[in-house]
Amino acid sequence: MPALILLGIFMIYPILWSLWMSFQTGRGMAFSFGGFTNIMRLTQDPVFLRALTNTLTFLAIQVPIMLILALLFANALNDSRLWGRSWFRTAIFLPCVTSLVAYSVVFRSMFAQDGIINQMLMGIGIIGSPIPWLADPFWAKVVIISAITWRWTGYNMIFYLAAMQNIDRSIYEAARIDGVPAWARFWHITVPMLRPVILFTTVISTIGTLQLFDEPNLLTQGGPSDATLTLSLYIYNLSFRFMPSFGYAATVSYVIVVLVAILTIIQFLVAKDRRA
Amino acid sequence: MSNPVALLGRGAQYVLLSLAAFISVFPFFWMLIGATNSSADILKGKASPGLALLENFSTFFTSVDMPRILFNSFFIAGVGTILTLLVSSLAGYGFEIFRSRIRERIFAGMLLMLSIPFAALMIPLFIMMANFKLINTFQAIILPSIASVFIIFYFRQVTKAFPHELRDAAKIDGLKEWQIFFYVYMPVMRSTYAAATIIVFMANWNNYLWPLIVLQTNEMKTLTLVVAGLTSAYTPDWGVVMVGAIFATLPTLIIFFLLQRRFVEGMLGAVK
Repeated sequence: MPALILLGIFMIYPILWSLWMSFQTGRGMAFSFGGFTNIMRLTQDPVFLRALTNTLTFLAIQVPIMLILALLFANALNDSRLWGRSWFRTAIFLPCVTSLVAYSVVFRSMFAQDGIINQMLMGIGIIGSPIPWLADPFWAKVVIISAITWRWTGYNMIFYLAAMQNIDRSIYEAARIDGVPAWARFWHITVPMLRPVILFTTVISTIGTLQLFDEPNLLTQGGPSDATLTLSLYIYNLSFRFMPSFGYAATVSYVIVVLVAILTIIQFLVAKDRRA
Repeated sequence: MSNPVALLGRGAQYVLLSLAAFISVFPFFWMLIGATNSSADILKGKASPGLALLENFSTFFTSVDMPRILFNSFFIAGVGTILTLLVSSLAGYGFEIFRSRIRERIFAGMLLMLSIPFAALMIPLFIMMANFKLINTFQAIILPSIASVFIIFYFRQVTKAFPHELRDAAKIDGLKEWQIFFYVYMPVMRSTYAAATIIVFMANWNNYLWPLIVLQTNEMKTLTLVVAGLTSAYTPDWGVVMVGAIFATLPTLIIFFLLQRRFVEGMLGAVK
């Protein structure tokens, strides 16, 4: 099976090489200073700190909201006596099949100053005057968070739904006969049984959100005044929009790698700890 | 069962799901309505069909070399998908069938790479492509995606269910390893391939960041880039943007409705 070994080399080699290269560029630009200049620059770069805080803010707010929603929807849809189950499921899953670019531009038009969202909110009387969605630092973040939540909630829901269907029905029957109320059945049976899947979706969503690029770039270009700038967007700007500074950009990109590693380890530890 | 608390819970369930379904579907509705309205009407939030549909379509088709752009998108997504499936499934098959300690280590190392974000690879890849003089070519888009760790992992997982007796029987019949793969394994795993096709095609079709970096001239651009480009004008023509968005969404939407069950199966492949 020499073909297989060749293939293995053909696939792993470019990945390893690119990894090695990014280390090289990271240090290469500052070789005379032992490679620490980039890291020094990192700690004194206000734009980087903005991008880092923004990315972590998105992560801390968006991922829990999305996963809780997905869990709630999945639980509601798991009820076999629910009318129109497959319709609801299809509808909620539908956002996952759109292209990121297409939905981003559609969202941008919906959140215009006189746009449909403001009109609807004013129509039901939630707000009195239009919200400057994309021009205000706070609301721009809200739009980005809503957009990602819209796109990915159904995706996570499908994982939960599949896992829920594998839970033995008789456990629920027994709990019901014992008079355990619905919310307690959800909290004490469903959630613990889904722990591996919840871990999986948390890790996937964390990685995804840390790499967030398409939506901020298309919805707000990172603005207003860097309020929605993410790490990936900053790397892109550093490499391709401003004066190319590949070395520094590579250093920023390794911040994402380190963050992903740390958060993934924490998530695994938390999951393990709870099981024990 | 019909005590008031249960009824209330049931009602809340429907309200929650209806609201979620409405929010999920609304942007699609908005995109279709938008394609029939003028740019100003869209920004004013006009939610009823307008009369600008033909105008938007003709503006879109005159501002964009549609046959060329569609060819680019379908070529990249199509060729990329075929190569990815071929190479990555072969690797997944190999990892499962020919286990050894070294291969297990390589496999574990590969899985670690799943957590390395694209942002970290983007610059070295760009320099690599520049060195190969491949900037602004289809190869530059397709090559880095062929060896997909995720798809290799997926195929390794499903190969666990592949009946080994079949392989043994084929061996006794004198088939070579590559013949087994192409004539026995691939037909048997048809539905796995179908599910993986959907995932890979969608990822390639929707890819934005990497083509944005590598493709530089207008005649090389993909539909995704064109649609994004339409909005970067100072005053975008939103009606035209909506037409573009419809075209960008249509292929994946059609695949979804034709193969709904497969589609969901494909998404779940990772957690099996």
